[in-house]
Amino acid sequence: MKTIKYILGMVVVATLFLNCEKENDIYIDEEASLFAEGLKKTKKKDNPFIDTIWMQEDQMGRPAINTVLVSSGSKDAFNVTIPSEQGALFQPMFQANLMGLSPAFNNATDANALGFTAQQFTTALATDVLTVSLIGTTTFFDGTNVLTGRTLADDVITVELLLIFGGEDFTENPGLSNDNVDANDKEFLNSFPYLASPW
Amino acid sequence: MKNLKTYLKAGAFVVAVLFFIAADHIDAPAVAGGESDITDFYAFQGENTDNIVFVANVQGLLSPSATKKAQFDENIMIEFNIDTDGDAIEDLVIQAAPNKKRMYFLGPIAPNQTGLVSTQNSNSNAEVSSVKITNYNQKPRIETSDVGIKYFAGPRDDPFFFDFAQYSAILAGNANSFLEEGVDTFAGTNVLSVVIEVPKYLLGNSDSVNAWVETKRKQ
Repeated sequence: MKTIKYILGMVVVATLFLNCEKENDIYIDEEASLFAEGLKKTKKKDNPFIDTIWMQEDQMGRPAINTVLVSSGSKDAFNVTIPSEQGALFQPMFQANLMGLSPAFNNATDANALGFTAQQFTTALATDVLTVSLIGTTTFFDGTNVLTGRTLADDVITVELLLIFGGEDFTENPGLSNDNVDANDKEFLNSFPYLASPW
Repeated sequence: MKNLKTYLKAGAFVVAVLFFIAADHIDAPAVAGGESDITDFYAFQGENTDNIVFVANVQGLLSPSATKKAQFDENIMIEFNIDTDGDAIEDLVIQAAPNKKRMYFLGPIAPNQTGLVSTQNSNSNAEVSSVKITNYNQKPRIETSDVGIKYFAGPRDDPFFFDFAQYSAILAGNANSFLEEGVDTFAGTNVLSVVIEVPKYLLGNSDSVNAWVETKRKQ
């Protein structure tokens, strides 16, 4: 069954994550250590936060929200709408685009595997923030926990494709609900900074 | 199962409406391909489970040769926003801004004001930490603050993976489904990353927070 296959896939990915090699030779930055005596002594002339005004250009909470669900003429506007105002301004557009995009949502009673109708799902998505648990597992989806964070290894695209195209039980539109790329092209590190070295 | 013809009709319509590229890479005309273009945002429990790791990636799809020359823009500040009480308004921010080959960090701290504009009064430099920006092919340069916040800034492999090419083909009506073995469009490409690891106690007392990342341009 698809769900089980998917969960097994996640376990494989998680195992890879646990086994990945370490890149442990941490560079000791003597200049910063002097600063660290500290960090309080960052000179005013070097401090980029003093006497500056910054204006927003881009923002992101969950992966692929602006790219998938915001219409082309509204993407810049979405990037400069504060999250607390996104729901009211963008939910109707999200719902129309979702229902246009996915045959799994083309009837009013359709829902996804979370039990969300198009309206409920887009209401949840339109406020584009990522919920992060401070008391437990952090994952986009691991078969048990849903939206408690996002790890590097999480197959967020397949999760989103399943929730968009997979219907009530992840079985609809099987050719569209998994891109069959299940892991990154480099192994992640167990330790800070976690991301793999560049190509 | 719904039939594919319906989908293809929808897809042909959708391709006109949607311009889909990846997680947030090149998501909108005003930022596409520029130094302020966020490609991805991650938040997860650290190796030390008392900590949360935040990752912001910018400037996606860098080839190895482009990565050697890629730099953070001194006019762009990367801001992690943290809402601790569920109203989608930031209660804390962590700001990262480069200056002369170092990345400077402020926070977690309550912002002067919430929303699209950030300002900072001049007496807050006590909170500022910094790390040397790691160069291409250098070992990661890492700093840890007095309160245990870890900092990294520099080029890394893009951790995102997706068969974007096939997705585009489907949307364009040139394919009916994904491949049995997908091809990662982001394989072999890099991003510029800011990674910070923050003790959870610095993020408030709630069981969970809402988080997002913004880029802001110096005025």
